[in-house]
Amino acid sequence: MIETHDLSKQYNSDFWAVDGVTLNVQPGRILALLGQNGAGKTTTVRMLTALLVPTRGWARVAGYDVTKNPQEIRSSVGVLTEQHGLYMRMTGNEYLDFFGKVYGLSPKTRKSRSDYLLEYFGLSEAAKRRSGEYSKGMKQKLALARALIHDPSVLLLDEPTSAMDPESSRLVRDEIARLRSSQRTIIICTHNLAEAEALADHIAIIYRGKILLNGTLEELKRTVLGPVEYEAKFAEAFDAGELDLPEGVALVSRSGTSLRFRIEAPHVANPKLVHALTSRNAPLISFQEVPRKLEQVYLKTMADAQGVAYAA
Amino acid sequence: MRRDFEAIWMVARREFLDQFRDWRIVVPMLLLVTLFPFIADDTTRQAVNFMNRFGGDLILDNLVPFVVLVIGFFPLSFTLVVALESFVGEKERGTIEPLLSSPLEDSQMYLGKLLVGIITPLVFSYGSIGIYLALISRRPVEFPGPYMLALILLLTFAHAVLMVSSAIVISVQATTIRAANLLASFVVVPVAFLLQGETILIFWGNEDVLWFAIAAVTLLAGLLVRLGLAHFRREYLLGREIDTLNFKWIWRRFKERFVGEARSVLKWYSIEIPRSLRELKQSLMIVTGLALVAGVASYFWVVVNVPSYIDLTPEMKSEIRTLVSENLSSLDNLGEQLPAPVLFLHNARTTVVFLLLGLVSFGTLGLTLFLANIGLVGGVLGAANLVGFSPLLAFVSGILPHGIFELTAVFLATAAMLKVGAQLVTPQPEKSLGETLLLSLADWFRVFVGLVLPLLAVAALVEIYVTPALIQLAFPYF
Repeated sequence: MIETHDLSKQYNSDFWAVDGVTLNVQPGRILALLGQNGAGKTTTVRMLTALLVPTRGWARVAGYDVTKNPQEIRSSVGVLTEQHGLYMRMTGNEYLDFFGKVYGLSPKTRKSRSDYLLEYFGLSEAAKRRSGEYSKGMKQKLALARALIHDPSVLLLDEPTSAMDPESSRLVRDEIARLRSSQRTIIICTHNLAEAEALADHIAIIYRGKILLNGTLEELKRTVLGPVEYEAKFAEAFDAGELDLPEGVALVSRSGTSLRFRIEAPHVANPKLVHALTSRNAPLISFQEVPRKLEQVYLKTMADAQGVAYAA
Repeated sequence: MRRDFEAIWMVARREFLDQFRDWRIVVPMLLLVTLFPFIADDTTRQAVNFMNRFGGDLILDNLVPFVVLVIGFFPLSFTLVVALESFVGEKERGTIEPLLSSPLEDSQMYLGKLLVGIITPLVFSYGSIGIYLALISRRPVEFPGPYMLALILLLTFAHAVLMVSSAIVISVQATTIRAANLLASFVVVPVAFLLQGETILIFWGNEDVLWFAIAAVTLLAGLLVRLGLAHFRREYLLGREIDTLNFKWIWRRFKERFVGEARSVLKWYSIEIPRSLRELKQSLMIVTGLALVAGVASYFWVVVNVPSYIDLTPEMKSEIRTLVSENLSSLDNLGEQLPAPVLFLHNARTTVVFLLLGLVSFGTLGLTLFLANIGLVGGVLGAANLVGFSPLLAFVSGILPHGIFELTAVFLATAAMLKVGAQLVTPQPEKSLGETLLLSLADWFRVFVGLVLPLLAVAALVEIYVTPALIQLAFPYF
């Protein structure tokens, strides 16, 4: 579990890299931390790994306080850093074995964990080659294997699929999803919004050190983009005329063969609306939610924060 | 303990592997280490021929130990690059963060890097010395005895620890490898000077004197290791503070510390100066204790040992007494020969020299110079006793009047300097090495400006205008 309250970090007595971050990530959950470069994501992760001491506030990771129990935190957390940080003259095997030793694993456990991770990430054949010879994606996979070598209960992953081909990215996403299902607590810092959308249970958007938004994807969409919209499509032009709309439903736009509604409580209003349409003999061929992506939420939030107009 | 050693060895072993797999490190090292003994062997041969023709037995007898010392130093200076880039290199390559995120303790990481930093150059140094000794064994020169050889090897070891521990301190504090390499001159140049001093000891001292050099270098190396450990913090390897030189911030912090909470000079003297004195209590006690020991030891050394060198007959004593008596009149116009401001500046400069020496040696050299001065006072009083003067009267009339101010000032300046050195090698939570140094210097300046300078000014006036009169008055009773 990861819990922070008013977590803040000041540099040079005048610059707040992280300012009042409050988060709560339960076991079996993934939080995606989104933000521009320099927004404070890495500094937040470094405080959670007890690498940086918070200037203000507190954080508990895996049950330990970041300032009081730094060693315990480092033992419980797996970190994938912004740069892969591999020793280029070590083979994949040697590298994982070294970090296995660093985390105090027995030789037998080291061997079995290394073999499993190398096999899982498709690096078995390259295990005896020096990592300097690996491709960018292979390096990223080896770095991820390092973060997982001690089977940590908390994972802090900075751009876990950057530089990976689509197949490898899928593999890593599957592994992250598997880790979530085994009750790991995970934070992902990423610029890949599709990845965040696919994996995260909660999303936090950070800007200039402050958390602007924090919630589930649906909560964020509702907060930033307003109530959900539905579109009814017709087989031929349909004149809705004075349609008797249920409570909490507003007609947003209309064209010859479609109507778009903003609906406050779809689970209550939708059956009534569909009934209203069909009772008017509308040639309805589909009635579905207008898809809204995390990208829209993110871009609008950033535009609002910077005081510029958001172009949908 | 065992777990600690295992962790240290784990870090060191990885570094070894990394280094010895890089041909760009191994090949030049091997070439230089094997080539240099041959060059030194030929130089020795030519030097021997030269001295056999033109003389120079002293140099000839000690030539091989000297060359062994130089050969030992040579690989240390170029393998230093490994230690210099140990932390900053990993930082630049981005490999440091996974290591820092691991449960390894700061000291395990630091000592692991220190170990490999010391072993690598030592292996090359001793290897190079071995090759040279093998080559020299076939030459008609005096081969150094096992005792001398052991001393030189010990000295080489102490050099390695000194240089590597300095290099690692630089590596932790530097922001780039380039900066670390530039800062390396602060290691190589002083050690080269040290080597020259040790050379003098080899040629003109006796073997046993080398133990002092070994002890001094080992002490300094130990303090540097302590400094490195005290200021090694993961945060500074990743934080932003280390990347900026903020003169505004430096001045603000210095001023805040120097001024303290005082809002007027009067308040400064009533709040901050007493606080400084309270903080100096421990170092002042150490300085006073050591000064007493140095003064008394020096006094008795002179009283006991000088008669075995100089036979002071009653006639000689009487002659010295007459000579001093005749020259007492020269004290009448001392102020013209030595104006009080000049004496004040000289004394103030001496306390600054104590500080500067203390800064490069964590207080030890500054303290040594201070004790030498106190020893001189004790020696002079001992000499006074030998010629038949009353040392007590000489002290009361000739030293005490201005000494009350001057010695107090010098004791305070030395105690403040010692505290600067102690603070540097003591862990300071939430403070970088630079900040610790800055605040320590502000503390020193507060004592210097608030107490030392005023006391030295009074002392100079008393020494020029009061002490001579008192000596003239008291001399008949000496």
